[in-house]
Amino acid sequence: MSDMTNPTTARPRFDWKAPAYEALIRKRRRSEVWLKTAGLVSISLALGFLALMLVALTATGYKAFTQTHVTIEVPISPDNVDSADIFGSNWRRVMQASIANMFPDLDQAGLKEAGAILSNGAQFLVRDAVIADPSLIGGVLTITVPTSDPFDQLNKGLVDRDTPEGNRRVTDAQIAAFDKLVAEGRISTPFSWGLFTSPDSRFPELAGLKGAFIGSGYLLLVCFAIALPIGIGAAIYLEEFAPKTRFSDLIEVNINNLAAVPSVVFGLLALSVFLNWFGLTRGSPLVGGMTLALMSLPTIIIATRAALKAVPPSIREAALGVGASRQQVVFHHVLPLAMPGIMTGTIIAMAQAIGETAPLLLIGMNAFMTSAPSTPFESATTLPTQIFIWADSPERGFVSRTSAAILVLLAILVMMNGLAIWLRRKFERRW
Amino acid sequence: MKSFKITASVLALAASATMAEARDQIRIVGSSTVFPYTQAVAEEFANQGGTAPIVESTGTGGGMQIFCGGVGADFPDITGASRAMKKSEYELCVQNGVTDITEALIGYDGLAIAVSRANTTDWDLTLEQVYKALAAKVPVDGKLVDNPYKMWSDVDPALPATPILAYGPPPTSGTRDAFVELAMHKGCEATDYAKSLKETATKEDYAKFVEEDCSRMRQDGPFVEAGENDNLIVQRLEADPNAVGIFGYSFLYENLDKLKDVKINGVEATQETIASFEYPISRPLYFYVKNAHRGVIPGLNEFIAEYASEEAMGAGGYLAERGLVALDDAKLKEVQDALTNAVNMAAPEK
Repeated sequence: MSDMTNPTTARPRFDWKAPAYEALIRKRRRSEVWLKTAGLVSISLALGFLALMLVALTATGYKAFTQTHVTIEVPISPDNVDSADIFGSNWRRVMQASIANMFPDLDQAGLKEAGAILSNGAQFLVRDAVIADPSLIGGVLTITVPTSDPFDQLNKGLVDRDTPEGNRRVTDAQIAAFDKLVAEGRISTPFSWGLFTSPDSRFPELAGLKGAFIGSGYLLLVCFAIALPIGIGAAIYLEEFAPKTRFSDLIEVNINNLAAVPSVVFGLLALSVFLNWFGLTRGSPLVGGMTLALMSLPTIIIATRAALKAVPPSIREAALGVGASRQQVVFHHVLPLAMPGIMTGTIIAMAQAIGETAPLLLIGMNAFMTSAPSTPFESATTLPTQIFIWADSPERGFVSRTSAAILVLLAILVMMNGLAIWLRRKFERRW
Repeated sequence: MKSFKITASVLALAASATMAEARDQIRIVGSSTVFPYTQAVAEEFANQGGTAPIVESTGTGGGMQIFCGGVGADFPDITGASRAMKKSEYELCVQNGVTDITEALIGYDGLAIAVSRANTTDWDLTLEQVYKALAAKVPVDGKLVDNPYKMWSDVDPALPATPILAYGPPPTSGTRDAFVELAMHKGCEATDYAKSLKETATKEDYAKFVEEDCSRMRQDGPFVEAGENDNLIVQRLEADPNAVGIFGYSFLYENLDKLKDVKINGVEATQETIASFEYPISRPLYFYVKNAHRGVIPGLNEFIAEYASEEAMGAGGYLAERGLVALDDAKLKEVQDALTNAVNMAAPEK
């Protein structure tokens, strides 16, 4: 009892000032400082790499967000354009006439070279404008069209004018013609809406992400429609109803393992089952969505189970206590409370799915198409596979388009993850 | 359980919908080398009012597998190839009922060896030097040994004293097959060792020697497999002026401001030298049409006509603008005739 009332006297007194203890304390503090520095170093390394990636992408990609345009006057002469068959008229000749008007002092060969300044798509833009307004025939159309890729590069300062003529894509005469257009104030560099609103093209100046956006959208829709109900259903059964047996343990271990299976394996599975056996359309968002649904299932199941587990048992017991059936307990009380957690997990799984490439390459979602899909049953590309196609294209303009597309994909991912965080913050409840 | 039933029925519905739906788009698979050209034709075709075809780059071999899978809307109509169809592939086709195929020669593609413009040497290699620098096994003093050369000057004292470093395509690539066959085999057979072996050994043994020892690229560092992305090789060459890169001519053509060509046997890779086969590493490109699909898949005939038209495949056509080395007029006429008359190809010999 005595040492309870006066503990200090019972224990030997420590001399905290003794050199041995001071050394010990210094050692402890030192190791603390070490740990802190190591943590700081690793965090700054990780942030540094992230910053490096973003800077590198932005440095090459920002130029693709603008596109060099040229304003031209196109004489729509009735000689070249047949009002009965506007679509099938000789639009190449219409453009040649426009070029000849702009450069009156060039000969035939010079005109051909100068004509290369206009994008190949210019004639189709003019065609569509005339189809929309046939009264233009006989008049002059003033229109702003993209320049072709080499001149876009020239305008953005990516072509070194000092390199010998044979080593660059634009000749001296073409540069002179282009400079004349600049002097006349015809060249402008507006924001490239085409990057978002045009489908894919082999010409970098015309290529856009429209097809990829729609393809990715359909794919996510299919993936969401399949993975969410199955995932939540499986999680509810495992968490609320399944008896704890060896078998349910086995299922649980397998689901956790499935989450770690490389995505390309799901692509192989889809290739043999969905394409070769079911005979679904190759490269369609339907098949892609089904494949990625398989991949997202484990993530959704695990997140849903965690969210269900986080609902306190007292709520279940209270509901059972007032006579609710087990099904009523789950659907009236537990599931609504777990919903924010489930949604967060699902959004993260979807964000993972939108960036997935490997399985989509196996099921042929990397095809080239100059039109966007109108239903999920048609072949399509997605954002990551579009990046894959562009990264492999020889034209110089695709280098910056690739980086720009990656930036767009990253922005979408950040938005999705931000939504997940916002949902969690807003609806999260603590007990 | 209810939700599962709904999903299952949605799936079944979707499956039946796609299967019942007849295809109105042309489907094209095949070589990644032919891909940019097919892309160009597809876009032109769509601009002229056709339904945009679906062009997929699967590699030559992969394309043949899908193409020869059978006849019907589930299988592609055309496959591109950076080499002629093999006997085994033709047999697979016949086995699956794909008997009527027209072969069309598109043009030629050169394999360029290039270095950065920052490199000051005027490079000119023989195929034998290329082989000696990049093969796994080379003959030294009458014996086949693991490649001992580290510097170009080890291969030939006249070459610069810089380390051998070459970026090239991986084994899955058609470009790699072509490089091995056109550059490595020829270079290997030009060595004195191979010449004397040809006289002494039996025909089978010699063929085996070419197939095995001449085909393997070295794995000890100087030859780096850079993946299928040729743009990546271009970037690496820019970063390291001493490295050489091996890729399709169209990539050199697009990057002439950054890269320069390595001459082979004194010949520079240009459209003219590739077409005349004066430049030794050039190969033909093909596409194959499934004739059973003609008249069934809408627009297929028009698409083929566009592909073989003067504006596309001709000497000044838009495919040549993309780096294709065009056929001469007589050959082009031949190809056009074969396509319009749907002439079936004969079974390949090997």
